[in-house]
Amino acid sequence: MAKELLKGNEAFAEAAIRAGCEGFYGYPITPSTEFLEYMAKRMPQLGRAFVQAESEVAAINMVYGGACTGKRVMTASSSPGVSLMMEGISYIAGTEVPAVIVNVMRGGPGLGNIAPSQGDYHQMVKGGGHGDYFPIVLAPASVQEAIDYISLAFDLADKYRNIVHVIVDGNMGQMMEPAELPPMRELPKDPPSWAVTGAEGRQPNFLSSIYIDPADEEVTNIRLVKRWMEIEKNEIRYSEYLMEDAEFAVIGFGTAGRVASSAIRAAREEGVKVGLFRPITLAPFPKKQIEEISKRVKRILVVEMNTGMMLDDVAAIVQGRVPVEFYGRLGGMTPFPDEILDEIRRVADNKAPINGDARAEWISRLEKIVEEGR
Amino acid sequence: MEETSIIISGFGGQGTLFAGQVLAYAALDNGQNVTWIPSYGPEMRGGTAHCTVMISDDEIGSPLVRNPDVSLVLNLPSLDKYEKLTKPGGALVANSSLVNRGLERDDLEHLYIPANEIAEEIGLARMANMVMLGGMLRLAPVLPLEVIKQALAAHIPERHRRTLPMNFEAMEQGYAFAERTLTKAAA
Repeated sequence: MAKELLKGNEAFAEAAIRAGCEGFYGYPITPSTEFLEYMAKRMPQLGRAFVQAESEVAAINMVYGGACTGKRVMTASSSPGVSLMMEGISYIAGTEVPAVIVNVMRGGPGLGNIAPSQGDYHQMVKGGGHGDYFPIVLAPASVQEAIDYISLAFDLADKYRNIVHVIVDGNMGQMMEPAELPPMRELPKDPPSWAVTGAEGRQPNFLSSIYIDPADEEVTNIRLVKRWMEIEKNEIRYSEYLMEDAEFAVIGFGTAGRVASSAIRAAREEGVKVGLFRPITLAPFPKKQIEEISKRVKRILVVEMNTGMMLDDVAAIVQGRVPVEFYGRLGGMTPFPDEILDEIRRVADNKAPINGDARAEWISRLEKIVEEGR
Repeated sequence: MEETSIIISGFGGQGTLFAGQVLAYAALDNGQNVTWIPSYGPEMRGGTAHCTVMISDDEIGSPLVRNPDVSLVLNLPSLDKYEKLTKPGGALVANSSLVNRGLERDDLEHLYIPANEIAEEIGLARMANMVMLGGMLRLAPVLPLEVIKQALAAHIPERHRRTLPMNFEAMEQGYAFAERTLTKAAA
């Protein structure tokens, strides 16, 4: 199939359909609404389930119910909507059923705004819901990558009976870019053995997240964490750009990483040996790869559209081997490549150790930029 | 590597987003990489609306740019904003039907087109965006006019298909107006 010019949200929705999604349950919210609109039109055409629920809380519990039947099911929402879903997400995790949740992130906290942001990093990557569970988190950076990774999200969810979050920001939901959709996958003939499908001619299956006896819950928690260790072993994904001879590494995910690649190209033209490391799985996090990078570069610059949430994870891996600096824009602002280029130049020129906290130093620089109205 | 950034800006309803999409479809048909990204804020309803189109032979990093190579401004607020931001030596095309001042900068290739008047003469005021696009292609030939026309023919919404000949006319007249203006300026 040839490349077409596709709008982010619509392409993501079609990718989910082609990956075999048989149930979509959601509630509209900018900047993810086109995802739901597209599903509303397409799913009934294919005889698949689409429900616009009365709220996000209802939607995620419909996902929960759908997931228990062994079908591929999902929802898509944006930051405040995903917050509302957190209780249900934890129940899905506790019941060990697969589900895919797409978060098209926007500025926050609170009602915030509808502009692009990566401020949900902590919520998505660290779990967000209550209790001991580990979501897989994929952070694609282009329409094509999102199409590919939404397909993968369903495969991983099924393989590990795990929650998979796909997180993008408003930029990616709204933008158009040439991309190629995969062919439509055939739907599986038989449900998985654990699914609740009516129990005709077999012993009933029982799916629940309730373990009244703590000893039973502990056994479940052990199973979940061992599964997670398996995921960490098998499912790390990332992208590298001009890293082979890099003396400086920029680390950024999603749109921030992508914008950084433009700055890196410009810095290379100035002779700065800088490359980009872009984690695609934010959970499991590419720890080993970042550790390796910290052993061969002089400095690391983390770039995000939040207050340095991934910065903390990178710093914990680097363990002070090299300085880890930070640049970010907040509140729905997307950095331009020239800002990141300035930061690369600064990091490449600066031979002195940073004076204290990378975050504190960044905030004082950012306040100046904000004052100048940039 | 050749990368061109274009910002198209105007009031909501002037067709700035669609003009950018036509450009994006044409770039794809022309075998190039392209991104199109709209402003999608609440300002879309009645306020200003703009989109950024990046066209490149290489993979595109940032879909957004602070200083565009080319600015296509369909109203005065857009001129006020993008005259300042257009890259030094870049190109700016303004809709003189809705812009009542000249440029303050002297380092831009520029062109003023009475796009609303030309569109109204053709018979559909909504075509001003296509007049502007045609004029832009003469000042800043990011893509051949023929490729744009083919892209428009392929992607115009069905409900508007009957206006295709008028759209072509609008583009050609915009292009021709630019041709006359620039030839006169050069003479």
